[in-house]
Amino acid sequence: MSDLRVVPALLGGGLVGVGLLLALWASQRVVGVSGIVGGLWRPRPGDAAWRVAFLIGLLAGGTLLLLFAPATLRFDVDRSLPALAVSGLLVGFGTRLGNGCTSGHGVCGLAQLSPRSLVAMLCFVGAGAATVFAVEHLMAGRI
Amino acid sequence: MRRVLLAGLSGLLMAIGLGAAGLTNPSRIVGFLDFAGHWDATALLVMLSAAGVFAIGYRFYVKHARQSGQAAVQTPRTRIDLPLVVGSLMFGVGWGLSGLCPGPALVSIVGGATSVVVFGVCMMAGMAVHGLLRRTP
Repeated sequence: MSDLRVVPALLGGGLVGVGLLLALWASQRVVGVSGIVGGLWRPRPGDAAWRVAFLIGLLAGGTLLLLFAPATLRFDVDRSLPALAVSGLLVGFGTRLGNGCTSGHGVCGLAQLSPRSLVAMLCFVGAGAATVFAVEHLMAGRI
Repeated sequence: MRRVLLAGLSGLLMAIGLGAAGLTNPSRIVGFLDFAGHWDATALLVMLSAAGVFAIGYRFYVKHARQSGQAAVQTPRTRIDLPLVVGSLMFGVGWGLSGLCPGPALVSIVGGATSVVVFGVCMMAGMAVHGLLRRTP
């Protein structure tokens, strides 16, 4: 585990906050990544273009990182493909059912001290911590 | 057109912010969730910083929208119900399994690592399954 880098974390977080504000401005509603991308599934007429643009922005940002800071995209935990597949299904389905992910509930919801989002955060941080405990400490990181 | 540009810029800034903070490395997330191990505060700092910026900007935005007579911001739902809890628990298990959530996963998928691609495809499938279940009685 690498050491804590406080300044990049705060600056990066600030950029994430500005990004979410722009998404609010674009859509006139409080949205996070899972809501924007998940809404591409059978969107209402006229409601798809900005979502696609957001996704392209994310991928373009990823491309810049790949070109100028490739280490930031390193997948640095050891997980089997079946575990990753299950993880992806749970994240995709769960964020839609629970109406938000780390950006929507975790950032926008926390910013507004929304009780609904705080409950969601308790659930996903709690379940995440229990899972990491099981994987890292009971199964020695092998899954 | 304006909202498309805003949304594109939004995605770009979020990607660079997540990358700069180090949250596109799943070890940071696993470290944040590993309260029994070597705990990593990075994700918490990122979340607090982002929430601080969002809270300030949100106030300005709502005030400005009111003054310019624009339609008010659609207020998010407030009800705490079973889907919220069950969905968030499912998300948490998936998040802990891989250290990936939707934003960082979609950013790092351009790296082409098999692990992230498998996760990303399954995540989109999970979202689609939810869409299918919701629309069929």
